[in-house]
Amino acid sequence: MSYVADVAALTRKDLRVELRARDTLPAMLLFVLATLVVFHFALPEGTGDEAAYGLLWVAIVFTALLGLARAWVPEHEHGVLDGLVLAPCDRSAIWLGKTLATLAFLLAAQAFALPAFVFFFAPLDGTAIAGVLLADIGICAVGSLLAAMAAAGRARELLLPLLFLPLAIPLVVGGVGAAISPDAERYLLLLVLYDGVFAVLSWASFEYVVTES
Amino acid sequence: MIRALGIEKRYGRRRVLTGIDVSLAPGEFLIVTGPNGSGKTTFLRILAGLVAPTRGTLQVDVDRAQLGFLGHEPLVYRELTALENLDLFGRLYRVPKRRERIGMLLERFGLWDARSERVVAYSRGMTQRLALCRALLHDPDLLVLDEPHSALDEEGVQLLDRELAELAGVKTIVVSTHDPARVERFATGRLALV
Repeated sequence: MSYVADVAALTRKDLRVELRARDTLPAMLLFVLATLVVFHFALPEGTGDEAAYGLLWVAIVFTALLGLARAWVPEHEHGVLDGLVLAPCDRSAIWLGKTLATLAFLLAAQAFALPAFVFFFAPLDGTAIAGVLLADIGICAVGSLLAAMAAAGRARELLLPLLFLPLAIPLVVGGVGAAISPDAERYLLLLVLYDGVFAVLSWASFEYVVTES
Repeated sequence: MIRALGIEKRYGRRRVLTGIDVSLAPGEFLIVTGPNGSGKTTFLRILAGLVAPTRGTLQVDVDRAQLGFLGHEPLVYRELTALENLDLFGRLYRVPKRRERIGMLLERFGLWDARSERVVAYSRGMTQRLALCRALLHDPDLLVLDEPHSALDEEGVQLLDRELAELAGVKTIVVSTHDPARVERFATGRLALV
């Protein structure tokens, strides 16, 4: 129970920090809505829905990247990450708290982005939305770990996309497949597997990212 | 409580620490001195387990729950209040009677009236006082303090000296400082880095 309490305290802290600073969520919202508007005018008339679903995933991945790039900034101001690492809680709780907070921000951005997508482009059915939600979990699980790695380096703005985008390809394949394929369940299964494998890997390896041994 | 033998630290080709030997029994008070760039902060971070030595052996007989660390940075969130910061760390450290302990420390370090203000609005001295509260929150057995007097005004310095006087002999304390005369009376050992 203490692990759950630690994760809850760390997630609550991230939400509170964002509520006060408003550094991440407004930027994500503006970016995703602006991107969809630009795509709306950039896409030639008569283009099929398949192309639009692809563009939705471009918007989702880059919006997530924006949030992830800011995810560990509060911990690097005033050196707070050292304080968290020294605390006697399981260090994976720090990763899980950050993952849940980032997921909350991404879901909040999508609460506006998905209706905007339906308005501008094409309808989204249940499997397409399930694909988005499953991909969100993978994006935040892997992204939080990679963002922590990138934040420790000097070229963090460059490093995070370089590390994250290749690992996001299966998520895009799964998300687009869930939206357009007649065999959508296979793509949803791919996303479930991805989430399971990468969440466990990230959970287990976070300690080695934030400590020297 | 601490046994360090031949501690060396390199960053790339740059050697920051060489051949540091230290032995510290429970209740002892070690002053670490040296000019800027001599490796005081690195040595204290090694003791705290935040940095691994490149060479040498280090044995620290306390776990993370019993270590209090004050670094150059205050290790508190700028967007949270003093109460929220200490409550978060109090939860993570499983501090018993957390609220009473937080209230007592904030009173003692003169921050009670500013307890609900965000840290971003604090002066450097107030932030340093809060950092001291955070380091002492869980009543640690080993205190590692990196230049704890820096940024404190005269009142803050007196508060810290009073705290150190109470803790000296009871807790094991390692302090790096540019003003060793201020803590000389507590010291049982001295490590001069060059």
